[in-house]
Formats: sequence, structure tokens, C-alpha cells
Amino acid sequence: MKRIITSLICIFAFSSGVQANAKSDNLIKPPGFADAIETLALANTGNSELSQPKIESEKNNSQSTLISSIKSLDELAGQLITADYVTKKEIIRNIATLKDSRALPFIESILQGELFYIKKSDQLVYRQLLDNKKYLAVSALNGSELGEFKKRKLKKIGINNNLRGEMKTIIATLKITSTDPILREHAALEILKGANENTLTLIDLAISKETDSSINEILMTAQAIIHLKSVDPLKRIDAIKSLEDSLYVESRNALMLFINENKLNNSETSKEEITYAQETVNGIDKLVTLNNVAENIYFGVSLGSVLLLAAIGLAITFGVMGVINMAHGEMIMLGAYTTFVIQQLMPNHAGLSLIVAIPAAFLVSGLMGVLIERTVIRHLYGRPLETLLATFGISLVLQQAVRSIFGPLNQDVLTPSWMAGTFTVNAGLELTFNRLYIIIFSLLVLATLAVVLKKTLFGLQMRAVTMNRPMASSMGIRTGWVDALTFGLGSGIAGIAGVALSQLTNVGPNLGQAYIIDSFMVVVFGGVGNLWGTLVGAMSLGIANKVFEPMAGAVLAKIIVLVAIILFIQKRPRGLFALKGRAVED
Amino acid sequence: MSLAIPKHLENAPILYLDGVSVSFDGFKALNNLSLCIEPGEMRAIIGPNGAGKTTMMDVITGKTRPDTGTVLFNHKELNELDLTQYDEAEVANLGVGRKFQKPSVIETLTVFENLELAQKGGRGVWQALMHTLTNEKKQKIQNTLELIALQDKAQDLAANLSHGQKQWLEIGMLISQEPELLLIDEPAAGMTDEETMKTAELFKTLAKNHSLVVVEHDMDFIAALDCKVTVLNEGSVLAEGSLASVQKNQQVIDVYLGR
Amino acid sequence: MSTLHNTSENPKALKLGPIGTLLMGDKGGQRLIMALIAVAIIFPFCNLVFSEGSFLHVSTYTLTLTGKYLCYALLALSVDLIWGYCGILSLGHGAFFALGGYAMGMYLMRQIGDRGVYGNAELPDFMVFLDWKELPWYWFGFDQFWFASIMVLVVPGILAFVFGWLAFRSRVTGVYLSIITQALTYALMLAFFRNDMGFGGNNGLTDFKDILGFDLQSNTTRCALFIASALAVILGYLISRFITTSKLGRVLVSIRDAEMRTRFLGYKVEYYKLFVFVVSAMMAGVAGALYVPQVGIINPGEFTPIYSIEIIIWVAIGGRGTLFGAVIGAIAVNYAKTYFTGAFAELWLFMLGGLFVMATLYLPKGIVGFIEDAKQGNGTSNRFYLLFKNTPFSKWFSKQSSKGSV
Repeated sequence: MKRIITSLICIFAFSSGVQANAKSDNLIKPPGFADAIETLALANTGNSELSQPKIESEKNNSQSTLISSIKSLDELAGQLITADYVTKKEIIRNIATLKDSRALPFIESILQGELFYIKKSDQLVYRQLLDNKKYLAVSALNGSELGEFKKRKLKKIGINNNLRGEMKTIIATLKITSTDPILREHAALEILKGANENTLTLIDLAISKETDSSINEILMTAQAIIHLKSVDPLKRIDAIKSLEDSLYVESRNALMLFINENKLNNSETSKEEITYAQETVNGIDKLVTLNNVAENIYFGVSLGSVLLLAAIGLAITFGVMGVINMAHGEMIMLGAYTTFVIQQLMPNHAGLSLIVAIPAAFLVSGLMGVLIERTVIRHLYGRPLETLLATFGISLVLQQAVRSIFGPLNQDVLTPSWMAGTFTVNAGLELTFNRLYIIIFSLLVLATLAVVLKKTLFGLQMRAVTMNRPMASSMGIRTGWVDALTFGLGSGIAGIAGVALSQLTNVGPNLGQAYIIDSFMVVVFGGVGNLWGTLVGAMSLGIANKVFEPMAGAVLAKIIVLVAIILFIQKRPRGLFALKGRAVED
Repeated sequence: MSLAIPKHLENAPILYLDGVSVSFDGFKALNNLSLCIEPGEMRAIIGPNGAGKTTMMDVITGKTRPDTGTVLFNHKELNELDLTQYDEAEVANLGVGRKFQKPSVIETLTVFENLELAQKGGRGVWQALMHTLTNEKKQKIQNTLELIALQDKAQDLAANLSHGQKQWLEIGMLISQEPELLLIDEPAAGMTDEETMKTAELFKTLAKNHSLVVVEHDMDFIAALDCKVTVLNEGSVLAEGSLASVQKNQQVIDVYLGR
Repeated sequence: MSTLHNTSENPKALKLGPIGTLLMGDKGGQRLIMALIAVAIIFPFCNLVFSEGSFLHVSTYTLTLTGKYLCYALLALSVDLIWGYCGILSLGHGAFFALGGYAMGMYLMRQIGDRGVYGNAELPDFMVFLDWKELPWYWFGFDQFWFASIMVLVVPGILAFVFGWLAFRSRVTGVYLSIITQALTYALMLAFFRNDMGFGGNNGLTDFKDILGFDLQSNTTRCALFIASALAVILGYLISRFITTSKLGRVLVSIRDAEMRTRFLGYKVEYYKLFVFVVSAMMAGVAGALYVPQVGIINPGEFTPIYSIEIIIWVAIGGRGTLFGAVIGAIAVNYAKTYFTGAFAELWLFMLGGLFVMATLYLPKGIVGFIEDAKQGNGTSNRFYLLFKNTPFSKWFSKQSSKGSV
């Protein structure tokens, strides 16, 4: 009977507990799906706490006196096993005040649910899954191995959402005093997320000690967000002022909350404050839009760079030889596979292998290009449509060859560590390094190519053949060799594009197919025989794609761009930077 | 000069170019060119390479749009027409026929079919689909074949003709179009002396009821045509007059021999 | 040249009236049509009359497969018409084929009625699945066979008209045109993959039940579809033949070989191209419409650019610019494809790729042109002709002339 009543109370308390949890969560951040699941799970285990409020508070009193007298981590930690949630909070707070280097990882392990205790001996441990499905228990306090245990012999130190939020802040406070600025920044962001009245003193203290300006900015933002709720109107105004141009999501959320809460309040001062706050929000929104535009352009330029790399070889061969190489995509694919193979050959040097892959891919694809030119294209000279078909056939053969050798599945190409990571422009805009590298890389390739075409004898001969083949031939230029080398050069650059692409997408037999139509569009749009045309074409296409994407979705954006090019070519059938005059029309 | 009596529109020119300029990427192919062809006139045009002869023809036939200037054509019924407003096919159908520098016949069709395609009328898609060759039309083609001395080759592919024969076939196609104005680019190229003279005779016959503009390098041929000569240089008219007077012109001599 | 003589050799042709006149001097065409008629009678007969174990039995699988090939043959004819005769290398004809197929698929879809999984009489299953409440406007009318049949012609026709009008008017030619036709079919593929388009997205249209009230699974219906396909190829052949032997056909050839010259003769090249492009697109649409009920599915995969390029290779292998060459090419290549993808799946792409290269390098006129040349003793192929000299092969192909109306 007693049990039934208790469980009834439990149910009631449970539902109200969820509400309370949800509410406190809302102040911090909107709960995601995972959070929601956690909330439920924690609320379930949290029944006992909420169902016995009275007994608990008594216990709490008695235990807190007990805690205050104990000063070592080992002893405090031991209390965790039997303590209820409120006591646990107290214990953890106390642990945090200890000047013990083990405190931070210890609290973090509780937060991550990694701290267990052995049921029999009440020892706090971390566990490791062994091959025999048992767990190895390692003492959480001194790292000694305590033997193997079955899963149910170890029990987790439970936490609830309330405790979780508290621990995050506690961890942040611990980290904010760290000597590592990166750790401090993370801590500051964590504090910003959970900014509330309780953390204000802590923040004030941190600000006074902080030397790094960007970390200080985060802390000041957190401070301002808390001050928004202050009773002092001057503080509130100051807070709004310091939130101007602040790009943290929390700032805007806090301002919106502030506006909504004070709209009910009709006093003169709050009206002014609301207008001011609204203006600030508008300002932030403008900045956010600007950020989005900047980000889209960045994505667009990086896509443009990829297209540039993919299309530039195509433009060269088309410009010089009037040949559309349908196997160009496969040259890209060969470059990507070359990267893969080289990485397999030097497995421990992801970064170095990437650099070695650049000339290797150029050679592999370039030689393949020369081979194709000498064996097939040479015989189809002056028949561009037949060349298109023959090279398409070659593309099928190459695809199948790669599929037969490497298998139909995508291969894993590693990204070296120096290509990972992001570059922070402001709080709302982070740019990934790999894209930045590819932008720089493609521009380097373009510049190198421009120099080759302008300054070398081969470049001169190539340009001569482009402009007037019979004349170049009669001046002793071996046009056949120029053709072969041009085709090799175009294909080689495609190989280099493959190296770049291996860092962005999956390396598989169909890699080339994905980029070939876009490359054609670049050439058609930019015009042939002109590097600038290819550059402008690639960038316009890349940016256009990425600008339409947020509005229409990726697929529709692509369709829009394709249709736009089909319409564009009506106006300028030979592209943006077309050669004019009599010579071209034949 | 063999000036035939104008059939219509006395003294009004059949072709009138004024201040025509064309440039390609900064290069001035035609520079303020003015030219006037009277109805029934035969005019020879000479000039060094790059003087703008072919570009001039391109402008008249609607292939190239001039940057500035007027190009007027005096049509039998429609009177003054601004040729820059029409495309190649429309200009051809208005009665301006053109023969190219390189003989361009349709090589995969027979000589007969080439002439059939050139024959006046029936340019619409539907007309072409439903086209039947009447005896009258067959006869006309037969006549043209005789005129260009290719009656034995009627069923041969045009590709199998000699260079000179191709030139003749193209002239025959031009005649079949029944144009009012003929623009002829280097008709004598690749012909034997005998053929050249025969061509000149043919043109003189044609000039009786057509207007002709002939571009040529062969001075003997031009002498045989015996008509007014215009010298082009760097896209504009350098001199105009009889062949004899032009040949004495110091500027013309400078241009041809180099200063 | 040989045309006039051939007339006397074929007095039967004269009796056949306009069709006979059309096929005058086209021995290959005559044989092709005879063969098609024979197949259209024999295959269904052998399928329906002889029981499964019989030596003379033609299995429904073979029948359907051959029916599929016939649809491809019609598609190849449509490509030959524009590429072989007018020099327009369209890499987007698969799109017209697929559009015709979708038009028919939409009719078949609506015929399912409430027999679908969700039992909705009005909405096809995939719309119910997407939680759509009513039929999109562009699905109206497709419950009627006559409307769908018109759409089979009109939809590809209109797309070809609009696209062609834009492209030909601004004189987009050669590889540029090829590339933008490819972009067109690629864009359509992306569009049809979208669920929002209302054409079943990824899965396309399938699970058809019946056509005009006849069960699609029954042998009789399949035989009827087979006969319809054979008739469509014959009709397509005759229409193509009519076009190519008319003066319009000669204008097309002259556009192919000397476009500028044709303009200066006073022909509006863009109108001619537009005409033949639209006719060709409609033929491709019909091919698609006959294909869908026989294979039982249409999905966006049909828009894949590679398929469109494959059509080109059928024509190239068979013989570009000879109508029956296109038909032979389509059937031969697809037969090879069926055989090799079954027997040596890995090899097929190598072979197809090799075919592209071989056809362009060594068989510029395809099988038909090769044999013609061989008979006339032109060039190096003469040696090869000797191989066929005393076989039935050498007499198989007569000199087929597209230029013989004199």
C-alpha cells in the first residue's frame, strides 16, 4: 500500500519534474532531440529525488555539515555513491573548490556518464570494455586496475539535468582559470551558454583576471546578458549597448526575450529600452545576413575553385584543338586515385603524401592524356563530334578499368591535420581551412598556367597554334607535338584537380562524372581559349550555385543555373570571353 | 564599260553603302566605306589582302552587322531596303546572290541536286517537304547545266568535280537563284586561262539583266570584264574609275607595291 | 543513280502506291520493312499458338525483349534523322524518350485507380505517400488514353520546339549544341528526381496494371504491344524516308555539310533545324511511350546523360545517315548489351567504350556504310569485303541512296 502511494506521488512528481527541467533548459538553450531523450531518461532515474522532498532536505542538512569537514578528493568522491542529487551537487561544488588537479577530469567524467562504482566494494572506477565482454575497472582516483567485472557489477554515478547544467558551469569555472587560452575560450563559451544570475560573480571575477581580448568579449557578452535582467535601468541600457553587433546566438535570444517580457510592461523607460533593444536586434540581424552572404560567397568561391581546376584543362584542349574531351572527368578521377595509391604507399605521412600526389597525379593523368591523343584523337582531327564520341568511349573504359582494379566502392583518402580546422572571422562566421587551401591552390595552378602560356616557348607555340594552325605549322612548329603536349597538359591539370577533389568528396569510379557537366558549363559560359574566361566562368557558376542554394535547395539551384546557362548561350553562343573575327567562324 | 540600260528606277542605285564601319576586337576591317552600284552595272573590286573585300560582302549579305553606316538595296517591288535588318537567308531571298571565295557547293549532293536547291522559290519548310519537280523546273535546271557545261556530270556528286567545275557549278547555282544583284568573290581562282575567259564572257552576258559586283585579283580577268573598277585599301575606297586610270593612280601603285 | 534502275527491278513497289514510291530504290528499307512485318506476325503467333515446351514457341521474355529493341530502333531512327541527316548531335534525346514514357506512364498510373497499395481512386500511391491531398493540375486528363497519346507527342514536341527555337535562332552549333543538350537532359534528370515534381521522384512510375482495360501481364496484351512497336518502327521509317527523300531532306543534308552556304541560298536554316528537331523529338516520345508499358516502369534514370550518348553509338555503329542502318545498329548493340551484361557484366562497359572508339576510328559510316564501300571497292575496306563476298552478307545491303528522287 505504501509503495502504491509512493509510486503515485512519483508519477505526479515526475511530470512536474519534466516541466521544471524543460523550463530551466529553455533558459540555457532550446533542447534538441538528444536532449529531450536525456531529459526523459534522467527524469526517470530522478524519481527518487523528487518523490521524497522532505526526507531529502533533512538528509541534505546533515550531509552538508559532514562534507564541509572533509577536505580531500578521495573522501568527497566516496560520498557520491550514496548521495542524492542535491547532495551530489554540493559534493561536486566542494570538489571544485579543492586545489586538486584530478578535480576537473573527475567532474567531467561524471558529466559524461563515465564514472562508475563497483557495487561490492563501493570503489569509484572508469571502465573499459574487454574482448570477453567484461569490463576492466580502473580506479578513478589513483588509476590502479581493480580487475574484471561483468556489466551489472558496475553501476553508474547518476546525474539529472539540473546537476548536468550545474556541472557544466562548474567545469567552465575550473577551466576559465586554466593557462591554456583555447581551454579558457571554450570555458567562456560554455559560461555564455549557461549565463544566469548565479554565475555573475564568477564572470565578474573572470573578466577582471582575463587578459585575452576575445575571451574577455565573450565574458562581457555573458555579463551583459545577465545585466539585461537587472533591476537597474542604467545597467540594462548599458547591457543593450554592449550587445550591439554581438553575433552570439545567445545575445540575440536574450534581447528578444527581453523585448517580449517587457512589452507587457507599459512604463516609459521600458518603451525606450524596447525600441533600443529592437534596434540592436535589427542591427544584429543585418550583420547575420551579411555573414550569411559572406559565407555563401566563400562556399561559392571554393566551389568555383574546384570547378576552375576541373574546367581549366578542358578549356585549354577545347581552345587549342577544338576538341571536347568527354574523358576529362576520368582524368580527374585518375588524379584522385593516384592520391589514394600514394597515401597507401606512405600511410604515416598523410600531409606529405598529398604534396607528393600533386606531381604524381599530374604525370599519371598527363601521360594518359598524351596516350589518348596519340592513339585516338589524332586520327579524328577536324571532326569534333566524332572526337566527343570517341573520348566518351574512353571515359567508359577508364571508369570500368578503375572499377575492376579498385572495386566499385569509394576509397578513403585521409585529410592531413593541417587541412582540418576552421578560421574564425567573427562569432557568427567560421571558415573551414580545407576550402581555403583549395581556393589558394586553384589560384596557384591558374597563375602557374598563365606563366607557362605567356613565358615559355611551349606556351608561345600553343598560342600560335590556337590562333592560326596552318600558319604555325608553316613556321616550323610541330603542331602534332603541340597538340599532344596540350592534351597532356590539360589532362595533367585535371589530375591535379583530382588531388584537390580527393580532399572534398568521395573517391570512387564515378567521381569524374559528377564534375564533367559542370566543367562543360564553365567552358561554355566563360568561352574558350582564355584563362580569364574560365576563371570568371568558374567563379560565377560556383557563386551562383551557392547563392541559390539557401533559397531553392541544392538540386533546384543546380537546375536554375543550368537553365540560366542554356538561356545565356542564346545571347552569347560562344561564351563570355569569345574570340571574335573571321578566323573563329569556320 | 558595258553599261546595260537600267530596267527600272533610272539612276537610283541598286546598292548603296554609306559610311560603313566594322571592327573586330579593335581591328577596323571596314573604315567608313561608301560605295554605289547602279542598276545593271558591273563593278570590279580589287585591293590587297585585308583590304576589306570579303567583309564588305559579309555586310551586304547580312552575315556581319556593321558598327555604323547604312546599307541600302533597291528592290524591284519593295524599293529601298535597309539590308542590315535582314539575315543571310532573307537577303538572299530579296535578290542578292553571293558566290564565295572558296568554291562552296554541297559536296554530298549531286550537281543536279545542287542546282535544284538553288533554284528560285520554295524556301519554306513545308514547301520543301511537299516539293515536286515539275517538267518546267527540270528544263530550267537542264538549261543551266548546259550553260555551265556540266550536263554530263548532272548525276555526279559535286565532291567529284574539279576545282574549276566547282566554280562553274557555283556560278550556275547563283544564276538559278535569279538574283538582281550578284556578289562574286574571286570566280577565276583555279581556272585555266580558257575557262577564265569563258567566265568573263558569261558575266558580261549576265550583266545585261543583272547587277554584278566582282572581286578578283586576276588583272587579265578584270581587263576582260571591261568595267568600272573600285580599289579598296584598309577598309575604305582608295580609287575608282576605269582599269587603265586606276592602274596609273600613284596611291594604288604604292599600296600594291608597298611604300 | 541506281534509283531509276531499281524501280524496274521492283515492279511490286509500284503497286504499293505511295509507300512503294517512297521505298523505290531503297532495297535495305524494303527488306527491313518486310522483316518487321514478318516478325510482327511470327513472334506473336509463335508466342500465342505454340505451347511453352514447343520448339517453335517464342517466350514472352523474348517477345518483350524484342519489343524493347524495337522501341530503341525507333529512338535510333529519330536520332539518325537529326544527326545523320542534319548534323545536329543531340546528347539529349533520351530526355524526349523519357518524357514520352512519362506521359504514357501517367496514363497507366491513373489506370491503376483504387487497386494501389493505398486504395486511393484519385491519387497514385506515391502522392498518397507524400501526403498530397489532390492531384496536381498537370496530371489532369491523363486518365484518358487519347489525351495521354497526344501528350506523348506534344510534351517532347514543345520542349524540342522551345529549346530548338532558342538554340538554333542564336546559331548554337556543333559541340556547343551537344553540350547544352546534355545539360538539358541532366537538368531534367535532377528535376525528375525531386519528389516535389509530382512524378514519383526516385522510384518513378511503376506497378502498372492495365492499358485500355487489357491486363499488361497477359500474353495477348504483350503481343499487341509488340505489334504496335513494330508498326511504329515501320511508320517512323516511312516518315523519315519521306522527309529525307524530299527536297527538305536535301536541304537538311546541305545544312549538315555547308550550313553557311545553305543560308546564302536563301534557306532559313533555323526553321529547317527546328522542324526536324521537333519531328525527331516526337518520334523519340512515341518510342518512350511504347517502351514503358512493355518494361513496366519509367524512372528518372532514363534521363541519365550516358543513355542519351548510348543512342548515338547505336546509330554510329549501324550507319549514320542511312535510316535502316540506325535500326540495325540499335538492335545489334542492344542485343550485344543484353548478352554481355548477362554473361560478362564487367566486360560490357569495356566493350561499349571500345565500340565508341572503334566506330569513330574505323567505321565512320557504320556497318552499312562499310559494306557499301566494300562493294564499291573504295579504300582499304575492300579487303574486308572479300571476307563477305560469297556469303549472303554481300547481297544483304544494297546501295541505299538518300538522294534519288530525280
